[in-house]
Amino acid sequence: MGFFQKIAEGIKKTKDNFQKKLYFAFSARALDDEFYENLEEALLAADMGITASESVIDQLRDRVFEEKVKAPEDAKELLKEILVGDIEFDVPEYEYPLVILLSGVNGVGKTTAVGKLAHMFKEQGKSVVVAAADTFRAAASEQLEVWGQRAGVRVVKHGEGSDPAAVVFDAISSAKAKGTDVVLVDTAGRLHNKVNLMNELKKICRVVERELPDADFRKYLVLDATTGQNAVAQAEVFGEAVDLDGIILTKLDGTAKGGVVVAISDELELPVLYVGVGEKIDDLIPFDAKDFVDALI
Amino acid sequence: MANTFASLSDRMNHIFSKLRNKGRLTELEIKQAMREIRVALLEADVNFQVVKQFVASVSEKAIGEDILKSLTPDQQIIKIVNEELIELMGSKTQKLAVSDRQPTVYMMCGLQGAGKTTMCGKLALYLKKQNKKVLLVACDIYRPAAIQQLKVVAGKVGTEVFEEGQIDPVKIATDSIPYAPKNGYDTVIIDTAGRLHIDETLMGELVNVKKAVKPTEILLVVDSMTGQDAVTVADTFNKTLDITGVIMTKLDGDTRGGAALSIKAVTGKSIKFCGIGEKMEEIEPFHPDRMASRILGMGDVLTLIEKAESAYSQEQAMNLQKKLKENSFNLEDYLEQLESVGKMGNLGDMMNMIPGLAGKMKGGMPEINEKQLLRTKAIIQSMTPKERRNPDIIKASRRKRIAAGSGTSIQEVNQLLKQFELTKNMMSRMQKGGLRGLRGLF
Repeated sequence: MGFFQKIAEGIKKTKDNFQKKLYFAFSARALDDEFYENLEEALLAADMGITASESVIDQLRDRVFEEKVKAPEDAKELLKEILVGDIEFDVPEYEYPLVILLSGVNGVGKTTAVGKLAHMFKEQGKSVVVAAADTFRAAASEQLEVWGQRAGVRVVKHGEGSDPAAVVFDAISSAKAKGTDVVLVDTAGRLHNKVNLMNELKKICRVVERELPDADFRKYLVLDATTGQNAVAQAEVFGEAVDLDGIILTKLDGTAKGGVVVAISDELELPVLYVGVGEKIDDLIPFDAKDFVDALI
Repeated sequence: MANTFASLSDRMNHIFSKLRNKGRLTELEIKQAMREIRVALLEADVNFQVVKQFVASVSEKAIGEDILKSLTPDQQIIKIVNEELIELMGSKTQKLAVSDRQPTVYMMCGLQGAGKTTMCGKLALYLKKQNKKVLLVACDIYRPAAIQQLKVVAGKVGTEVFEEGQIDPVKIATDSIPYAPKNGYDTVIIDTAGRLHIDETLMGELVNVKKAVKPTEILLVVDSMTGQDAVTVADTFNKTLDITGVIMTKLDGDTRGGAALSIKAVTGKSIKFCGIGEKMEEIEPFHPDRMASRILGMGDVLTLIEKAESAYSQEQAMNLQKKLKENSFNLEDYLEQLESVGKMGNLGDMMNMIPGLAGKMKGGMPEINEKQLLRTKAIIQSMTPKERRNPDIIKASRRKRIAAGSGTSIQEVNQLLKQFELTKNMMSRMQKGGLRGLRGLF
């Protein structure tokens, strides 16, 4: 059998048996090396990454030893406890006026998340204005306008290629004039053009801080749950540009587990705040660490 | 675990520089090297099962007699790893099929946010350059403003969009096929809505589009940053649609693109193109061998040379060399240089293609900022021809005039002149001592 076929076979087997394998891992008689190896593969398959997986497994080994745990079922509970501890944070309540800025790379679902957030605040009886500060992507503001209509909120937009900070300025002026509770800012996705990204995001932040100095200003990174370890780099790069307050994890309705947020929480201490679980307007829900971990393993 | 991820090529370089220092290898050392390769591949998001098989296969070949007897074991390990990587990704570049009967139809599919619409534009431009007449078909009726986005993209590459609003995509696709030849198009690219591979209704819709238009190629568009799930996604799309090829998008920045390896392994379908930036020209045929060298940190010299050739004519190069010898490199040449660099793309990416420099330039490399490039051009263009040829004569009052003329500040003019001197200096050093001469500058 050639190298290529071997790999194809290997994958087919794993995919078919993945759930079973996990089940077997936990129904093993003893907590031996094979148990940990299977467990590590499960964590890797969930995109937790090698560093975070190894660190979690090490913690588990220590706890198993200290607490003299023998049964795999008990070890599973311990593992969940460790993971929940890694990703659970205390997040301060919102105060109004509130400004939320969403940033992230291309195609993670920023515009959709803005639409869903707008709907969420509207449902809570808040008044909302949205700033279409993605002036780069073709038809981004048109897309946001459709979301605005669906959610029944105002959208402030300028033409394609205009200055994003100016859009934000206008949205804030409008919010101040009308006493709007929440300003949501959609920004353009950027990959590696770091200089522009930093300058643009920083400028937007400066405008917000200058124009609404007393507002509660939250800066979120939008991450696609299908993204692998690159998400850590994304969180780092965006974190350099703006002081991030948390993560919105989108597209969790597929088969990807989004385990990379464990690595990010671990390394950068960033809480996940919302998860996107579908295409409908109310498919953005507050993050629950316990539910997330239950789905992960 | 304050480990910021080193790129795959950094890591490979690191591993092999360790090996290089040792001469003969023991089995234990090979095992250690393989462990690091495993970590590196996992961090690059290669599927863990693919990694497992890969590492097993490489160690099997490496822990053999031939490697232990060999005089340069590190070279042999690199060779084996490289060969296996290439084999895994498909051994040669795959071209797009062209249909005997017009029109040739390419159908794009993939998850939401993979970059299908942008890729439609890039592919259209790429094919246009090969004298194809390309029609874009808007079958994404779900995402708000998707049709509008495709129209903007089409406008950028100078082609037309066929659309019938938000009706059944199967009908739109069907209608576009007779429309194309009647209106002088020989190639049709169908943009479909992003969908989840587990959404049976929407996957069924793709199957119906496929049945209706019998595409020449069905191309799965995948985000290069996809993690372990790439395998599941690609496998499901392949089983449902029997795709003919894969396009990797967003293969730039710090993307390590391990998904490319996994997808090829699980579907057996070739990766045909990769998208590498936001501009419409930024599409490249996928070269497995080059990608492997890149992953291994051995540089991607072939791509670099190709880029340089297309951006910089032979004549220009000869001219430059002459000027460097005569030490008459001036601001006009500098402008020409800057424009060529702009055409070649990101400077950091270019540096990573040079063997030995890969990974070492991080942080130390100034990023070419396109806005900055425009300002620089404006400054040079605000100088008189005499000034451009003899930058030494540009004193205070001339600087003031140039700043006013270009809408910049005197500081910026000063900075440019300083930068020019530095570049001139660097070039004459390069002329004398090759890359070694550069060392003092970094």
